[in-house]
Amino acid sequence: MKRISTVPFTGTAEQEQALKNWLAEHKQQRGAAMPALQKAQEIYGYLPLEVQKMVAEALDKPLAEIYGITTFYSWFALSPKGQNDINVCLGTACYVKGSGAIFEKLEKKLGVKDGETTEDGKFSLNAVRCIGACGLAPVLKVNEDVYGRLTGDEKELDEILAKY
Amino acid sequence: MASKTLQDLAAIREKMQRIVGLRGGDEAAAAAAAEAIDPGRINIMICAGTGCTASMSGAVSAAFTEEIEKAGLTDVKVVKTGCFGLCAMGPIVVVYPDASFYCQVKAEDVAEIVQEHIVGGHPVKRLLYDEDAGTEDAGKHKSMSDTSFYRKQMRVALRNCGLINPENIDEYIAYDGYKALGKVLTEMSPDEVIETVLASGIRGRGGAGFPTGMKWKFASGARGEVQKYVCCNADEGDPGAFMDRSVLEGDPHVVLEAMAIAGYAIGADKGYIYVRAEYPIAVQRLSIALAQAHEYGLIGQNIFGTDFSFDVEIKLGAGAFVCGEETALMTSIEGHRGEPRPRPPFPAVKGLFESPTILNNVETYANIPRIILNGAEWYSSIGTEKSKGTKVFALGGKIENIGLVEVPMGTTLREIVEEIGGGIPGGHEFKAAQTGGPSGGCIPASHLDTPIDYDNLVAIGSMMGSGGLIVMDETTCMVDIARFFLEFTVDESCGKCTPCRVGNRRMLEILEKIAQGKASIEDLDKLDSLASYIKANSLCGLGQTAPNPVLSTIRYFRPEYEAHILEKRCPAGVCKALLTYKVDAEKCKGCTLCAKKCPAEAISGAVKEAHTIDIDKCIKCGVCMDNCKFDAISRS
Repeated sequence: MKRISTVPFTGTAEQEQALKNWLAEHKQQRGAAMPALQKAQEIYGYLPLEVQKMVAEALDKPLAEIYGITTFYSWFALSPKGQNDINVCLGTACYVKGSGAIFEKLEKKLGVKDGETTEDGKFSLNAVRCIGACGLAPVLKVNEDVYGRLTGDEKELDEILAKY
Repeated sequence: MASKTLQDLAAIREKMQRIVGLRGGDEAAAAAAAEAIDPGRINIMICAGTGCTASMSGAVSAAFTEEIEKAGLTDVKVVKTGCFGLCAMGPIVVVYPDASFYCQVKAEDVAEIVQEHIVGGHPVKRLLYDEDAGTEDAGKHKSMSDTSFYRKQMRVALRNCGLINPENIDEYIAYDGYKALGKVLTEMSPDEVIETVLASGIRGRGGAGFPTGMKWKFASGARGEVQKYVCCNADEGDPGAFMDRSVLEGDPHVVLEAMAIAGYAIGADKGYIYVRAEYPIAVQRLSIALAQAHEYGLIGQNIFGTDFSFDVEIKLGAGAFVCGEETALMTSIEGHRGEPRPRPPFPAVKGLFESPTILNNVETYANIPRIILNGAEWYSSIGTEKSKGTKVFALGGKIENIGLVEVPMGTTLREIVEEIGGGIPGGHEFKAAQTGGPSGGCIPASHLDTPIDYDNLVAIGSMMGSGGLIVMDETTCMVDIARFFLEFTVDESCGKCTPCRVGNRRMLEILEKIAQGKASIEDLDKLDSLASYIKANSLCGLGQTAPNPVLSTIRYFRPEYEAHILEKRCPAGVCKALLTYKVDAEKCKGCTLCAKKCPAEAISGAVKEAHTIDIDKCIKCGVCMDNCKFDAISRS
């Protein structure tokens, strides 16, 4: 269940202008809501209510409809991500090789649950479905760095986290 | 831009002849092509697919470029390709013309390969793929096509993956790219195209296996009078499956060409590719391919100077498994929550933006140009009576050769697992193979000799699905796997219809009870009746197939369920609540490490004396076992 973030919105005027420019150019396009939200997330990193309102107004759609879309698709983030984004693959190929246990260990280590960010804002943790590196299963990704053939050893996980 | 003509394409093919020759094509023809582009003496092909990229193939290709420049070699080319298939051994590097097959190449190895092999002419043996490593035949280094992994494979959909640079349209054209489109536009009527696809017998590779030609025929009425659409389903949502991604990464033009052929056949001038945003490399290669096709006028107005125009737009998905269902996918392209719609009306009548629409998946499209060029008869000679052609599988889980394989329909599961897949690692035993992802089932060892086709898989309680094939050994718990898939469907259920939204949740709750040892034997019957109800009454394919993983595991692994329920025991040692940890007093040295690490303070004992675990306090986290240096703690 996705919850809208309570972190204060800190969008800048440049970001707003970038989004408005895109919306002005594309709002006539059929099915514009999804690409608009994808663009907005690219600009802001996530989709706080303030941003969703901008999209709703520009496309002349009720906010409820836009909110319905952002909560439907897992790609849309309603809370800001941490400085480092950890994605643990829970696709079947990784799961049968023990990625479920690795995810639980990280939850404990970081003190957060799936989709949450640590209090210091350093890490956010997500369970994702198949990042396509099945040959290296079990796999996790920190930002763009891929760590494969994990053993789930405590020391191994500590060493990965210590790099960031 | 005006479209290239058929003559232009032939000229490009001529020009590229020597490149084809170098990479294992017709050498005589290549030699005869006097005006051809010089391919250089050697081509170094490096996989730049997602799997090898994750194994740092980017650094390897950078190192090759650098070393070759340093050595002053001007007749050597480095080519970034799509997937070779053997992802477990990545990064893969293949050197032509001798087709040396290097695996697990690191950036540090590159200087040696360049010096010894490229300059010296002697392949670096220690880095060549050797399937016989550790046996008497070690060091023999069979040619690629003779290895167990490749010998039984037949690459139709994947034929260009690993062979061409996917970001270069000329290389695609060199291997007969856009020739099929030229043929249909200049030599065939739209009805003849549909007849050919029908006669080939190809069935949809997305999962359900509906005959592709039939789909096209349904949508072919009133050509030129109404707006129609051709869609491509590249929203590969099955976790652990990556067939479509590999085609998009390794051979993106094939999808564009096939969509244009489909557009001509049904009378549509617009196509949409719905691709997962989670596949950045695929999206990027597809965008490059589309821009190049536009530049050559092979997608656009008056293609090959005919009346036929066709454009394609790329739409990004946003991570919803249900959007793999055709009506949900269309709702999503329209910009809404991706909820399915009742059928009928079928998309062929009323689909995207309420217009007649056909939707095929990536792998289906990847077969179409070959069917047009080689003929329906050629295609229908491959495979079984009711399932024609080849199928790509993403082989994963507890298997040696994790990767992508393409085999003729009718190949047995045993051939795939034991020969191509190289068996189970670590001396473990095969327990089950899971096909069809969250919609499929687990196939036990007793069915290993079943020839794989659509109908046989359904008969044994699974389904083809899109091609994920996950192998499990005795350390995988079937109750846990059923729970894993159901958790997935519960999470991904869109919530529109009650049987799927509520029914699957109830099933999941029962499975959780079983995994915790709190269920009674009647719960198995409850699962059974709930499952039939959900299958019969759900709105779309997601709900209709969601109970399959549960039903198939109960069917083939009932004793394992009973062990959980009656004996409160998990034979595979996976379900946490049913495990007990014990200290072996003989092995325990009394080092006190486990007691210090235990988060529940459940372990006690004096220094240098055997410790004991208080079962009531133990939370079964396994920390003690992970930390014990003397292997004194066991789990049962």
